[in-house]
This record gives sequence, C-alpha cells and structure tokens, in this order.
Amino acid sequence: MKELSLNVLDVAMNSVKARAENILIKLIEADGRLTLIIEDDGCGMSEETVKNVMNPFYTTRTTRSVGMGVPLLKLAAEQTGGGITIASVSEKDNPEKHGTTVTAEFYMNHFDFTPVGDMVSTVTTLIQGSPHIEWRFEHITDKGSVELDTRELREILGDVPLDNYEVIKWIEGYLREGYESIE
Amino acid sequence: MKSLAELAAIREKMKDKVVLREGSGEIRVVVGMATCGIAAGARPVLNAFVEGVSNAGLAEKVTVSQTGCIGVCQYEPVVEIFEADKEKVTYIKMTPEKAAEVIEKHLKGGKVISEYTISNAIS
Ligand SMILES: Nc1ncnc2c1ncn2[C@@H]1O[C@H](COP(=O)(O)OP(=O)(O)OP(=O)(O)O)[C@@H](O)[C@H]1O
Ligand code: FES
Ligand SMILES: [Mg+2]
Repeated sequence: MKELSLNVLDVAMNSVKARAENILIKLIEADGRLTLIIEDDGCGMSEETVKNVMNPFYTTRTTRSVGMGVPLLKLAAEQTGGGITIASVSEKDNPEKHGTTVTAEFYMNHFDFTPVGDMVSTVTTLIQGSPHIEWRFEHITDKGSVELDTRELREILGDVPLDNYEVIKWIEGYLREGYESIE
Repeated sequence: MKSLAELAAIREKMKDKVVLREGSGEIRVVVGMATCGIAAGARPVLNAFVEGVSNAGLAEKVTVSQTGCIGVCQYEPVVEIFEADKEKVTYIKMTPEKAAEVIEKHLKGGKVISEYTISNAIS
C-alpha cells in the first residue's frame, strides 16, 4: 500500500465485515513511534483464525485460504522494526463481550516507514460506506489531536444519515481543519 | 473552524427533502473495496463517484456504495453499475478521471462507455 491510511481503510473493513457496531481507529504518535489501534465489537475470531490471519503461509489441512489485508499491515509495521498484535474474543466464546483489537507499532524514523497519508479520506470513505456504525477516530501527535465521534454528530443530525453528501463534506472539512491546526 | 451549527443547518435543510428522496437508487454504482481494490486506487475512485454524482445533481437517482471482493483482481479498481431491466456493466481499471466520464456519459447520458468495460478487455 502506498499510504498507511490505505492499510487502515482495509483493516477497518474487516471490522465492518465482522458486523461491528462500534469501531475505534486511533493513531498515537510519540517519541518517533506510531501506534495504530483498530478496535471493534464485531464477531471476533477463534485463536486458530488469529494465527492463520497473521501468517498467510501457515497451513494445516483444516486451514482455509486467508486474505492479504492483515499480512500487508504486518509487513508495513515489521519493515520499520515494529510489529502487530491481534487480540480477539469470538462471539461464540463470549456472546456478551466480543470483538477484535488490532494494534500495530511503527518506527517513524525508519527508512521503510510508509507515510500515514490521507487519513481524512479513509475516515470519510468508511463513514460513507457504513453510516450505521458508530465510528470514533482519534489521531494524537505531540502538537495536538484530531478527533471525531459519529455519536456526537448523530445527536445533532437526528434522522439525517451520515452518508448524506453534505454531511460527508462537513466531516471532511472538519477533519482537514483539524489536521491543519496540528501541522 | 467548521462548527456543529453547520451540521444543525444541514439537518434543517434536509427536513423538507425527506419526501423527495423516495424512489432513489434507480441506478446503483458499486465500487470494489477489497484489499486489492484499495491497493489499486479504489478510494479516490469511490470518492470521485460520491462527489461527482452529487455535483451532477444525480443524488436522487443514483446511489454509490462499496463492496468487497468482486473477483477480478487484475482489473482493479472495478466499478459495477446496476440498473433495473438492464445488464450489469462492469468498468475496470478505473481512475477518478474515468469516473467523471462515466458519470457524464453513462449515468447522466445513458450511454455505456464500452471502451472501459470488462467485456472490452476480454474480447
Ligand atoms: N476485525 C476482525 N473481526 C473478525 N474477523 C476478522 C477481523 N479481521 C480479520 N478477520 C478474519 O481474518 C480474515 C483475513 O483478513 P484479511 O484482512 O487478512 O483478509 P481479507 O483480504 O479481508 O480477506 P476476506 O475477504 O476473506 O476478509 C478475514 O477473512 C476474517 O475472517
Ligand atoms: S481479492 Fe481481488 S478482486 Fe477479490
Ligand atoms: Mg481485509
């Protein structure tokens, strides 16, 4: 992927596919390190699946073929000297409290660090595609933070859906201004 | 600074529009957003459709949505167009520029741009 924001879009799509109702995307930049957290309350995965997802070449006879999304994020993190972890509780194991947290760590000064890129586009694309999910976005740097919570927007918007074009445009403008203020 | 008051204004404006939106979605534009699609540039293509459809005044008639794997990695970014009583049209190797053209000629003008379709690549 050309930008990390594209990995974020792709991995957050897994949370959408897992039928999550709440998804948190958090980026924290501090001391030359970027920590990316994508947390959802979707259907989760079994331990076996987590293992397979982390390593696309892991094969047993029962293994189904897995996709490339998580391995690509893993590669992007590992090539900077960082890595990823996945913590997941499957709906089957705990019908009350389930979901997945993907955490990736990057060393931003490493030569192979992929720039974060256009996070605003990623967030608006996710909201446009899944306006019924509650999204929370936080990007914290040493200069300040950019934040958005769809719950707060919904309170004001009432019945107007989040994928309404003017709403999407507003979100885009709001986030871009936020980024300008911490440049 | 963008204010929440602007959002409230959007809500006010939409109040009168709710009835008008009925019958929307005569045409469905679906953008493939699986890993391979995203890597190939589906995000700007999706956004070009979202923006272009609205700017062309087609929002009542056309819905733009996202899907996962369409199954033709080598042709990503892929966009499918569904319309009642018509055959599905699959546009391949899309770009924001091609999206603008599809909006103008196909969605607005009703003419398929066969040059950009998958049938053109296969035959
Ligand atoms: N947040 C999540 N919640 C539940 N399952 C997940 C989550 N993330 C990944 N998975 C599981 O791991 C698999 C592989 O994810 P990955 O992103 O690597 O591949 P993919 O390209 O999305 O493929 P697929 O189209 O099968 O999802 C998914 O198919 C899903 O079963
Ligand atoms: S994985 Fe590429 S089109 Fe499905
Ligand atoms: Mg994926």
